Amino acid sequence: MTSYASYTTGEPVADTKAPEGPVAERWDTRRFEAKLVNPANRRGHTVIVVGTGLAGGSAGATLAEQGYHVVQFCYQDSPRRAHSIAAQGGINAAKNYRNDGDSIHRLFYDTVKGGDFRARESNVHRLAQISVEIIDQCVAQGVPFAREYGGLLDTRSFGGVQVSRTFYARGQTGQQLLLGAYQALSRQIAAGNVELHARTEMLDLIVVDGKARGIVARDLVTGKIDTYYADAVVLASGGYGNVFYLSTNAMNSNATAVWRAHRRGAYFANPCFTQIHPTCIPRTGDHQSKLTLMSESLRNDGRIWVPKAHGDTRPPREIPEDERDYYLERIYPSFGNLVPRDIASRAAKNVCDEGRGVGPGGQGVYLDFADAIQRMGRAKVEEKYGNLFDMYARITAEDPYEVPMRIYPAVHYTMGGLWVDYDLSTTVPGLFAIGEANFSDHGANRLGASALMQGLADGYFVLPSTINDYLARNPHQDPVTDTHPAVQEVVAETEDRLNLLLAVDGDRTPDSFHRELGELMWEFCGMARTEEGLLKALGRIPGIRDEFWRRIKVPGTGEEFNQSLEKANRIVDYLELAELMCLDALHRAESCGGHFREESQTPDGEAARRDEEFSYAAAWEFTSPGEAPVLHKEDLVFEYVHPTQRSYA
Amino acid sequence: MKLTLRVWRQPAADTDGAMTTYEVDSVSPDMSFLEMLDTLNEELILRGEDPVAFDHDCREGICGACSLVINGDAHGPERTTSCQLHMRSFQDGDTIDVEPWRAAAFPVVKDLVVDRSAFDRIIQAGGYVSAPTGSAPEAHATPVPKADADFAFEHAECIGCGACVAACPNGSAMLFTSAKVNHLGVLPQGAPERETRVLDMVDQMDAEGFGGCTLTGECATACPKGIPLPSIAAMNKEWLRAARKSPR
Amino acid sequence: MALDTRTRRTPSKGTGAGQRPVRGGPRALWDSTIGKKAVMAVTGLIMLGYLVAHMMGNLKIFFGPGEFNGYGHWLRTMGAPVLHHEWGLWLVRIVLVVAVVGHAVAAYQLSRRDIRARPAKYAHTKRRTSYATRTMRWGGVILALFIVWHVLDLTTGHTHPGGFQEGHPYQNVVDTFSTWYGNVIYLVAVLAMGLHVRHGFWSAAQTLGVGNARRERVLKAGANGLALLLTAGFVSVPVAVMTGLVS
Repeated sequence: MTSYASYTTGEPVADTKAPEGPVAERWDTRRFEAKLVNPANRRGHTVIVVGTGLAGGSAGATLAEQGYHVVQFCYQDSPRRAHSIAAQGGINAAKNYRNDGDSIHRLFYDTVKGGDFRARESNVHRLAQISVEIIDQCVAQGVPFAREYGGLLDTRSFGGVQVSRTFYARGQTGQQLLLGAYQALSRQIAAGNVELHARTEMLDLIVVDGKARGIVARDLVTGKIDTYYADAVVLASGGYGNVFYLSTNAMNSNATAVWRAHRRGAYFANPCFTQIHPTCIPRTGDHQSKLTLMSESLRNDGRIWVPKAHGDTRPPREIPEDERDYYLERIYPSFGNLVPRDIASRAAKNVCDEGRGVGPGGQGVYLDFADAIQRMGRAKVEEKYGNLFDMYARITAEDPYEVPMRIYPAVHYTMGGLWVDYDLSTTVPGLFAIGEANFSDHGANRLGASALMQGLADGYFVLPSTINDYLARNPHQDPVTDTHPAVQEVVAETEDRLNLLLAVDGDRTPDSFHRELGELMWEFCGMARTEEGLLKALGRIPGIRDEFWRRIKVPGTGEEFNQSLEKANRIVDYLELAELMCLDALHRAESCGGHFREESQTPDGEAARRDEEFSYAAAWEFTSPGEAPVLHKEDLVFEYVHPTQRSYA
Repeated sequence: MKLTLRVWRQPAADTDGAMTTYEVDSVSPDMSFLEMLDTLNEELILRGEDPVAFDHDCREGICGACSLVINGDAHGPERTTSCQLHMRSFQDGDTIDVEPWRAAAFPVVKDLVVDRSAFDRIIQAGGYVSAPTGSAPEAHATPVPKADADFAFEHAECIGCGACVAACPNGSAMLFTSAKVNHLGVLPQGAPERETRVLDMVDQMDAEGFGGCTLTGECATACPKGIPLPSIAAMNKEWLRAARKSPR
Repeated sequence: MALDTRTRRTPSKGTGAGQRPVRGGPRALWDSTIGKKAVMAVTGLIMLGYLVAHMMGNLKIFFGPGEFNGYGHWLRTMGAPVLHHEWGLWLVRIVLVVAVVGHAVAAYQLSRRDIRARPAKYAHTKRRTSYATRTMRWGGVILALFIVWHVLDLTTGHTHPGGFQEGHPYQNVVDTFSTWYGNVIYLVAVLAMGLHVRHGFWSAAQTLGVGNARRERVLKAGANGLALLLTAGFVSVPVAVMTGLVS
């Protein structure tokens, strides 16, 4: 065992903010108990928001509407480009417009169950409650959701649930919701309530006297490193799926903000919970820079199959019906192709591991629309999925109306993130984490169309209520200046790190390290994990890190627009975060949701949870680089949804 | 495939630039255009040269970051974004010219990267519905005819990449501006601010130094999301209506 | 909660050449690119209406000098007895001059702006550079020069070949088209006019917001038809003179 793997267990961590009482009343109670800031005093409070995706954009706009002075950052050239924009499928809400038996309680139930009982009940219930308001808010902003001929909103069903509660805007729901938030934010920028810094990346957190008081950020155009101060800092910087190099994340999505916050004292919870999305376009070669998702909604009408025979290389249309294995329909007759993502992904991996995968390298399964086209007609299929089919055709040069699509799982979302309490506050006072950056609501697996819901719930409704309490309790904080020793230390560390990256002048590119790390993580910390593999990965990561600091080559200087430097600096953090992910995966010797330990499965190969030992959220405390972290457990109590073996058969 | 690239290199905003020639080998037809540039950059880094800077992020054709003029066409020969263009659209041995968006309102930052913040300021001028969080009525309170919802969506699809400006011989942002004006203008939620929205957004568009529209149609041809040219006529109508109606 | 949330319009941070226009009055219309285009559309349509009438008047030449000269005389007595001699004609002339000047000034200013908006050219130039923009700009210049010559030739007679006879337009027209350069200038101008009308009519419809996806084809066909009709009508006169049909 490496020294890193010999972690210690510290005091349990508890969510002290969620009130007692019936789960349905907790949010009301909390909002009532939370202290308020007098509207006239809000102008005097500055809040930093890092990121402009669904969570960050909505939070920035809403805080500014409330009267706070918001200073907001995004690494992109415009807040409208945050990666939330790429979400395709839709957003869940317990509106029950279909009268199909949906309710807040059912959404709550589905989410806890879908998360394989590793999420906090009070948070999830609040999420389900707020889901209803989100739709109202977005419609009021002019988000063009799909509508029926009567002018009312259309919904569809999505993986893992049996009701139709997903609101959508063709295959571009994330885009439309993000533009809604972006427009609300733009309105506040014009009003002077939000000071936006685009092309500016947060590189570290400033903690003064134990409280988050600002950030260090680099202007990506000039290279200038600046400090920004505030009364509270909100991280809305998204997930860390890019640790795997190949993922559906945007190329520049990164973990620097959350990892630096972790290093400054914020606990990191459940880092091993990553979601592997079942329907992505398979990779074509070593040049592959990222993977493209095909919306899960395709599983509503497409049928997934592989040939029954091993190594069957006939073109799909020549394989007769009785020689095809519609394996999801076979194994899970009641949910069929609509099983949750983790299950669909693993099933695809299993059939490919058996040697029945299709396409180059045998890393793919068919997603076939022949039946759907026959049933509804091509026009209807085109209306529902046209843009997705076009995208597929463009990338693969195959026509999915004629030939079945080939899909394969890919890293898509990270359920883990900074540990937060009910108020979305991390363990560093004054530091909040919202959206994918926190760990709170999805447990070990996120249901489709729930990421948008959570991002907007956090940004529009939860944080703007809970941050008041913190600011009201810390009304007059001493101003921080650049001369403060804590600030000088952080700035110096940041500058040293960048200078060192530039100074190594080795012989390997940033991408080559990123790819090496990603391949290692995909192999040992991907869809199926074993103790042996994780130990192997933990043994190899320090070596990659050493080599990185010896051989990295970053051309140019720090005082200019330098994309290689940006990249290399992000990899520095991936190289540390990857280690924690492996350790977390190693310590959780059970299978749950997206975390599948081969040692822990039922006789028929399903994930076997071990509730007696692992019914907790693992919150890790950073000690020092390369040194074993400290584990703090947050026990999960299930009063309303009692843990059962998930069954989608 | 073996290709010759002629790429616009400009170290910084205030320096001169020039087309520089590079040879790239072993290009796979399955590569995206940006992946081909990635391989060039990997080589340049190892040779100790400055890699080519270009904007990109989602590489799925939706974030609107990528912005290359390829052989004189914004986003290249196919109707898509630069990131979704694949090398199978080219022939072995081709010479390909890669340039940044060209417009006074989009100054070059470095190499192929331009500053498109003018678009953000156009949206800030009025491209929104004033609906502060919490103020929303029940979503079904106002039905929206499906045709209107579809019209709104068609225009809301704009990704703000700026290809319309890059393709326009006048560097005009009319298609971009009209997409937002039409998206919000047709919806009942956007109706109360219809007049101020179009007047303010057009004012800002003019103030940013974009050119006027001479209806050459290049913008709509280049638009990866297919925002139609009549969108501009619809905005003109909206503007004239607003100018008549509202005491400016 | 609604503290200070209302949007205050901040002054433009635009780096562009233009200034944010003053609100209020026709000044605002003129200051906006869309407003200026609307001015061009309206003045263009006025001139187009005039061209149609002018062309029909020209065709009277085929019915002999009496008919044609009578028409010329009527132009001067238009609106009588309410209007004094030539008042009607001067009214038309004033409207036309305002239209021409408004159209030209707007076109000049918009072109200047367009050129400024795109200072750097692409190294990779495409052959299909903007046909429309070029025909409109250069066609407009040709037409402006032609109008000057045309007035000097057939209205004031300053540049008329042979003896200009006040009140005998038939003979004047025949004289002009009996010279080679008269024909060349006229034909080039009429051709430029046709192309100008072709794009301009459709363009005006877009600017005034009449165009939409459904009417697109109708408008384009209308523009083509109108351009063709006007060109044919105007061209017929010099052709008739050249072929001796009119002498």
